[in-house]
Amino acid sequence: MDGPFPASGTSNKRAMTQNQNLFFQKFGITPNDLQRYLGEALSAGGDYADLYFEYLTSTSISVDESIVKSASQGISAGCGVRVLAGERTGYAYTDDLAPEKILRAARTAALIARGPAKSPIEGFKENLNHQLYPVASPSADADIAAKLELVMRADRAARAYDPRVVQVRAGYFDEMRQILVIGSDGTFATDLQPMARFTVNTIAKSGENSAKGAAGGGGRVGIDFFMTEKTPEHFAQDAARQAIIQLGAVEAPAGEMEVVLGPGWPGILLHEAIGHGLEADFNRKGTSAFSGMVGKRVASDKCTVVDNGTLPSRRGSINVDDEGSPTQNTVLIEKGILKGYLSDKLSAKLMGVPDTGNGRRESYAHIPMPRMTNTYMLAGDDSPEDIIKSVKRGVYAVNFGGGQVDITNGKFVFSASEAYMIENGHVTAPLKNCTLIGNGPDALTKVSMVGNDLELDEGVGTCGKDGQSVPVGVGIPTLKLDSMTVGGTAR
Amino acid sequence: MATNTQTVNEVETELSELAASVVERAMKAGATAAEAVVREGSEFSTVVRMGEVETLKESGSRAIGLRAFLGHRTASTYSSDFSKDGIQRLISGALELARVTSEDAYAGIPEPDQLGSLGDLKLYYEDVYSLPPEERIDYARRAERAALEADPRMKNSDGGSFDAAIGHKVLANSHGFVGEFRRSYCSVAAAPIAQDENGNMQRDSWYALARTIAKLESPESVGREAARRTLRRLGSRKIASTQVPIVLDPTVAESILDNIFDAVDGGAIYRQSSFLANKLGEQVAASNITVVDDGTMPGGFGTEPFDGEGVPTRRTVVIENGVLKSYLLNTYTAKKLGMKTTGNASRGLAGTPGIGSGNFYLQKGDRTPQQIIGNIKQGLYVVQFLGFGVNMVTGDFSRGVSGLWIENGELTYPVEEVTVAGNLKDMLNNISEIGNDLEFRGSTAAPTLRIDGMTIAGE
Repeated sequence: MDGPFPASGTSNKRAMTQNQNLFFQKFGITPNDLQRYLGEALSAGGDYADLYFEYLTSTSISVDESIVKSASQGISAGCGVRVLAGERTGYAYTDDLAPEKILRAARTAALIARGPAKSPIEGFKENLNHQLYPVASPSADADIAAKLELVMRADRAARAYDPRVVQVRAGYFDEMRQILVIGSDGTFATDLQPMARFTVNTIAKSGENSAKGAAGGGGRVGIDFFMTEKTPEHFAQDAARQAIIQLGAVEAPAGEMEVVLGPGWPGILLHEAIGHGLEADFNRKGTSAFSGMVGKRVASDKCTVVDNGTLPSRRGSINVDDEGSPTQNTVLIEKGILKGYLSDKLSAKLMGVPDTGNGRRESYAHIPMPRMTNTYMLAGDDSPEDIIKSVKRGVYAVNFGGGQVDITNGKFVFSASEAYMIENGHVTAPLKNCTLIGNGPDALTKVSMVGNDLELDEGVGTCGKDGQSVPVGVGIPTLKLDSMTVGGTAR
Repeated sequence: MATNTQTVNEVETELSELAASVVERAMKAGATAAEAVVREGSEFSTVVRMGEVETLKESGSRAIGLRAFLGHRTASTYSSDFSKDGIQRLISGALELARVTSEDAYAGIPEPDQLGSLGDLKLYYEDVYSLPPEERIDYARRAERAALEADPRMKNSDGGSFDAAIGHKVLANSHGFVGEFRRSYCSVAAAPIAQDENGNMQRDSWYALARTIAKLESPESVGREAARRTLRRLGSRKIASTQVPIVLDPTVAESILDNIFDAVDGGAIYRQSSFLANKLGEQVAASNITVVDDGTMPGGFGTEPFDGEGVPTRRTVVIENGVLKSYLLNTYTAKKLGMKTTGNASRGLAGTPGIGSGNFYLQKGDRTPQQIIGNIKQGLYVVQFLGFGVNMVTGDFSRGVSGLWIENGELTYPVEEVTVAGNLKDMLNNISEIGNDLEFRGSTAAPTLRIDGMTIAGE
């Protein structure tokens, strides 16, 4: 299946032109039409209106039991119209881009406002922003054989790792999202957002004993990323290694103890413990455990945490957010002190704070809201070896499944899928899966050592909020928390 | 077995014609079998917060998915583009993609004699859209107001909401099956926040849903229940690690049913990735446990006249008196296991069908929740699970919880920031009491359950 444009071009200028072509020519939209749609959206007043056009193509291919059982490709396109009036949001969308359908959506969204019609600003101002990722389409047909070879390589590598690996599933998924955002304040933004992900799941068996392993990664990259930087063998061997280790896992301890988190994906701690609680919508409404805490201590002075949407090629990165605002590097916690929130246009206006470029949405059918991008803690001075040596009895957790937080009371969990006991400064037995639980506003005050080995995760994180999923990244250096509750079964 | 392969409605709709024609064109283009699904739906939702409308959303959408076979090879495509070009690309794309996939002897659509539709199951009522906009907003407003007025400690809110949606689903395949049905749904919810004298906040929520406005619970009763659930969590504290019986509130017990569902999913069984694989006919749960999947219950939230492959849904006893009686299967997983489909194919727009539940529930017992709690000297009544710490391969279970401490048969102070852990294999065998309070608020339901032998980790 062809993408709307042949793969080509890497310059920012070229990307913009491509997207204008898509929406202006393919769907027969002109700048005058856009003014008319915005005018209709503001026909009953309101403070602001915007249009979000999206054209998304995706491909997935997977191997299961050493054969490629299926492959799939799809296209989804549509336009969402939003009208803001005070704290109110009106929203409507259409997957038919005919002018009368978009006008109807605009009239529906306009129902939120009551008053005299307003006019959008004449003419649009296009910000030329950073270009953080390649714009070559990863979905070109010619690639399908190459994608198939990648998943087959993963299957072979996982099975070759150890004869106890009895089941392997590997999948390759990519998409190209093309967006155009137009706002009544003159906002005009386009972006081509590639995304690719590779996953491997394994089952190992030894006698009656079974265990699983999982690994994956990717980002806003093309297929060559998996041929050069992170190969199928890299993910396959890691998934196989985890399953084999879990075959020998013992019961995890129960209760409060010292916890050391390995670098990278265990940064999900930050996402759950503080990230969600710092999203501006919760704080504007006073429903977060962090409400009103800017300027207060929420972490030890060794902790500086940022949300950075501008890292090249990262899964959580975007050139512009889904409201057309440029993404940025936002300091959330500096040396333990809470500095600010993650905001979108609505919360920035209502709270009188800067828009940090964190307005994101799952698709044209969803209302944007403040979301994280790549959330991580800056490196400290401690060596990972010293951190482990300092622990008498505790848990060393290096890999996690998912996590969750209750925004209002601040309690959060994240579940370790690969963890070990630390006894007298040495890493010992692997532990069965266990959940760690803590309280967001004080969990990071217990951070006593911060490693010099900051890593970001490999690129598999998907964050859910109010039923909307968006890709995100996390990262930490090796961290020691003096006390955290470990949810095992051993006494 | 039902043999009606005609549409549910008397008159074939435009969408069913489209689905049938896409199948026909895929066959003409060289497919040896094909299956198309078309979905069309519209949704309305509104949130009222602190008495003011916060969001109003209203829209419709549709999309088509195609699964094409070239002998034992298969691939799928989907699109929201219904133009001539769009449909042509859907068909040629699926066939091109199918050429690169592997031969899989088990791939295929159901046999003709397995197909059919159960007819009208009371899933669709036009009245979910009958309320004028102001009244819809009022439903949300009333639910929130009832929650906020329940107690002076109700200080804030994530809002009251009202949602309505209708969906129309068509499935056609190259055996000549064309089936379609419509479903409607409406719901009202409230998510209030309570605050104690120290400024500590707790949030909880409650909701009601129905296929028709006429059967939707009053917003006031939803709001009051949301307030009750929120207030009882105020003043929560952590407790020391211990091993005591736990009692699961039905909303929490429901997630144990989700675990059981995942464990009997035919895909997990043939891949040996479930702790219930190879356990058919064995005692896997306490002898008081019976778990049923029933896709045929009229008006049910998990009811459909046919599954994602056009096989009529049915009632399947999954666990009977603790003995594992059946897995839940679609055509593919059934062939892999040498069994027959149970009509549990679940079909999204893309990919191969997975396994979906009908109305999946644990049969109720004869104890009131009060009797179950009253029997416990010391224990934890769990009202919330946090996180996803369940390993379906091993059965290892470790999740965050909030709840209420049970002392001498009475609910006392609220508890938070602790975990409960164990293994699902043991947990199913240690369900020692079952409540009489089974109620469907979705497609999965469970009554109050008491489970013994789990570890609580806290201070």
